[in-house]
Amino acid sequence: MAYSPTIAYLTIARKEINRILRIWTQTLLPPVITQSLYFVIFGAFLGSRIGDIGGQSYASFIVPGLILMAVVTNAFSNVASSFFGAKFQRSIEEILVAPVSPSTLLAGFCTGGVVRSLLVGIIVFLISLFFVPASITHVWAIIYFSLMTAIFFSMIGFLNGMFARKFDDVSIIPTFVLTPLTYLGGVFYEISHLPGIWQTVARFNPLVYAIDGFRYGFTGSASTPIALSAITMFVLTLALGLTLITLLRKRVGLQS
Amino acid sequence: MGTRVTASNSIRTYRKAHEEYLAEQPPCTHSIQHAMHAITLKNIEKKYATGTHALKGISFNLEAGSMTALLGANGAGKTTLIGILTGLVRKTSGQITVSGVDLDAEPERARAFIGVVPQEFNFSIFEKVEDILIDQAGYYGVTRSIAKERTENLLKELGLWEKRHAYSRTLSGGMKRRLMIARALVHEPRILLLDEPSAGVDVELRRGMWEFIRKIHAQGTTILLTTHYLEEAEELCEHVVMMRQGEVVRNAPVQELLKELTAQSFVFTTNQPLKEGGPYRLKQKNATTWEASLSAGTSVTKMIQDLSEQHVMINDIRPKANRLEEVFIEAAM
Repeated sequence: MAYSPTIAYLTIARKEINRILRIWTQTLLPPVITQSLYFVIFGAFLGSRIGDIGGQSYASFIVPGLILMAVVTNAFSNVASSFFGAKFQRSIEEILVAPVSPSTLLAGFCTGGVVRSLLVGIIVFLISLFFVPASITHVWAIIYFSLMTAIFFSMIGFLNGMFARKFDDVSIIPTFVLTPLTYLGGVFYEISHLPGIWQTVARFNPLVYAIDGFRYGFTGSASTPIALSAITMFVLTLALGLTLITLLRKRVGLQS
Repeated sequence: MGTRVTASNSIRTYRKAHEEYLAEQPPCTHSIQHAMHAITLKNIEKKYATGTHALKGISFNLEAGSMTALLGANGAGKTTLIGILTGLVRKTSGQITVSGVDLDAEPERARAFIGVVPQEFNFSIFEKVEDILIDQAGYYGVTRSIAKERTENLLKELGLWEKRHAYSRTLSGGMKRRLMIARALVHEPRILLLDEPSAGVDVELRRGMWEFIRKIHAQGTTILLTTHYLEEAEELCEHVVMMRQGEVVRNAPVQELLKELTAQSFVFTTNQPLKEGGPYRLKQKNATTWEASLSAGTSVTKMIQDLSEQHVMINDIRPKANRLEEVFIEAAM
């Protein structure tokens, strides 16, 4: 019987998705509650005092950013915790001893992160409808940027899981990298409102392109050319994917 | 353990896979030679980052269809070697082929031939028994319907069918060990690596496991077994590789090693007085227990007869150590 990488991929992906659904109170519910609180506090309570941004209410402005913020954190944390958990329990050895290629392994785990983050994103979007009316201008941009962001940050989570040696290591990236990138990525403000030097610094933050492109899907306007945002996200995702496959081929962090 | 294993099916599958593999090979002497070896190891070296020199250039072959014991004291390098074969440990240098496939050049293809039962439990404690096996088959590209069928056969064969819906963490130690054996076999590997499979299991279970391993071997599976139970190695294996501090110190058929025994010791009990020394080099261990050392060629029956003629009644008698153990102590300790 010829070996089928598709079956191996589907096995890993199914296992990951089953895990997400089995423990939905830990994987889906908490981010939805957190983002709802953002809507209540920044959208409803403070938003009315801030005024309009780019011709729309502050509540409408932050909706895309909050959705993408949920996508980022859930994509990352799902893959980082699941992969590190498998490493910690040594159950990852079940896959490592099998003829699973690096790309199959990466795709399987990242599928879990993408599914969870997009599920959370959809739920957060539905909740946002209680606070602001739906406004979608470019569906393709919403799908493209949410998907690329989910894949990119799932892979960041994978990278973290690969190098983590203890549970503390899994929380370092969210605390010191993801949170600053998210808050400085334009979730709560427009990058064009930043002082000159900070606008330049912000251009090195991939989330700026992701949020800006995603927001473009809702509002139809962007502070960065949409093609540049789309290409940047694609190139970064591809580069990270290839880097991870190379690291996995060498079994970095997985072999003694 | 029951006897419902699908032996004939497995033999057919193995043979078919083997024939398919041979058909894929270019017709040259080199490939034919490799096909006879399930595994070839050439100058395998492993130095850990800590400085430990776990393997010092070891070389040996495993014949296809053989059952070989890999013996050595703790730290001899057995588990490191198993780790290298399964891709969990990075070798420092050397070359390995698995069923003729270079492990470095085509790691995925080479790993497809191998099933491994590791020393430590390494399945997810959050998964159910049945799911662990079905998923493992999936990693090897086995379709879900076939995986379910094989899972049922293996779980029944290994007495775990009743536990198929139980979480793995709720199983007893012996059940976990059997689960790992089932998991290693679910993709019907040509080569099975067993790293101390009977560690921590009771005598009855161990005997049952031996029967199962014999059956798998009879179906054509090449088996490499590491164990600390020398009795197990002597009972099951036809070939032995002994390691000491990262080096192979003996590599020979069991029968050949046993022929080398220059003496064999027996322990017996008697209520009658005896004199130390004599042709059987008797030594008193306590009031009623004696030890006799028989040179090669002297049968234990002869000793019992001689003692009987001296009106010494032996209550019970047993070998002091397993025969292979005596060779092992001499060679690898």
